[in-house]
Amino acid sequence: MEIAGFTPLSAAIGGALIGAAAVLLMALNGRVAGVSGIVAGVMAPLRGEGGADFSWRLAFVVGLVLAPLLASLVKGEIVAVSTPHPVWMMAIGGLLVGYGTRLGSGCTSGHGVCGVARLSTRSLAATATFMATAIATVFFVNRVLGF
Amino acid sequence: MRAISALFIGILFGLGLTISGMINPAKIIAFLDIAGSWDPSLLVVMAAALAVSFVGYRIVLARRAPLFGAAFQLPTKTTIDRPLIVGSALFGVGWGLAGLCPGPAISAAALGNGDIYVFLIALAAGMLLKDGLPAKRA
Repeated sequence: MEIAGFTPLSAAIGGALIGAAAVLLMALNGRVAGVSGIVAGVMAPLRGEGGADFSWRLAFVVGLVLAPLLASLVKGEIVAVSTPHPVWMMAIGGLLVGYGTRLGSGCTSGHGVCGVARLSTRSLAATATFMATAIATVFFVNRVLGF
Repeated sequence: MRAISALFIGILFGLGLTISGMINPAKIIAFLDIAGSWDPSLLVVMAAALAVSFVGYRIVLARRAPLFGAAFQLPTKTTIDRPLIVGSALFGVGWGLAGLCPGPAISAAALGNGDIYVFLIALAAGMLLKDGLPAKRA
């Protein structure tokens, strides 16, 4: 196996910040930092559901969007992102991520970080499942289909 | 107060995603592509996030209540059921196709990559497909 593009230091710093954010959201607001659940909550008014949780969830989402802009400002250039797979895969991928995270009650943050940190068996099972299907999907797309 | 704290926590979470490179789909796919030239960064991100949250949760959850609320709200379900596994499996396929999960997709929204908007619109559609749209339901 060939290792490339490994950035352990920034990964460790970034990961620690993600963990700290999860701990703070629990300490201050008493909530799990699960982004799929938070985003679904922001869309709740579309379904005619309101509730006391709308404003903090929206504020969290705004914070997420602001962060890379602040980083870009400090860095002096826009943080680069690139999408190696074709746009139709982004569309199908988005649908599956949206539907799947709602059906499965969480994503990489809610299950993968917050749930695993609580040693929840549901989150451990969910994380093992999505890791496995994601690796299998990329193997198929990149190595079999050759994208 | 809950909204103000959530704004700053969202920024902190987003900075973590940005600094670690996790908002970049190319880096996620390079992690998932174990048969190619492999980038293990995501493993380090998860390990660091878990180390901090594992210890931090233990300290925080030993308290009686959060600072700005009456009680901690934790998931109550404990059984591994079919929706959990099917949903997570579908999520993984989508994650592999796009190289994006919900947090990074939202964080990358303002960086001007058109493909990410396509993903976000589809993400919202997929969520609404599951949660239901009609306001008249109740």
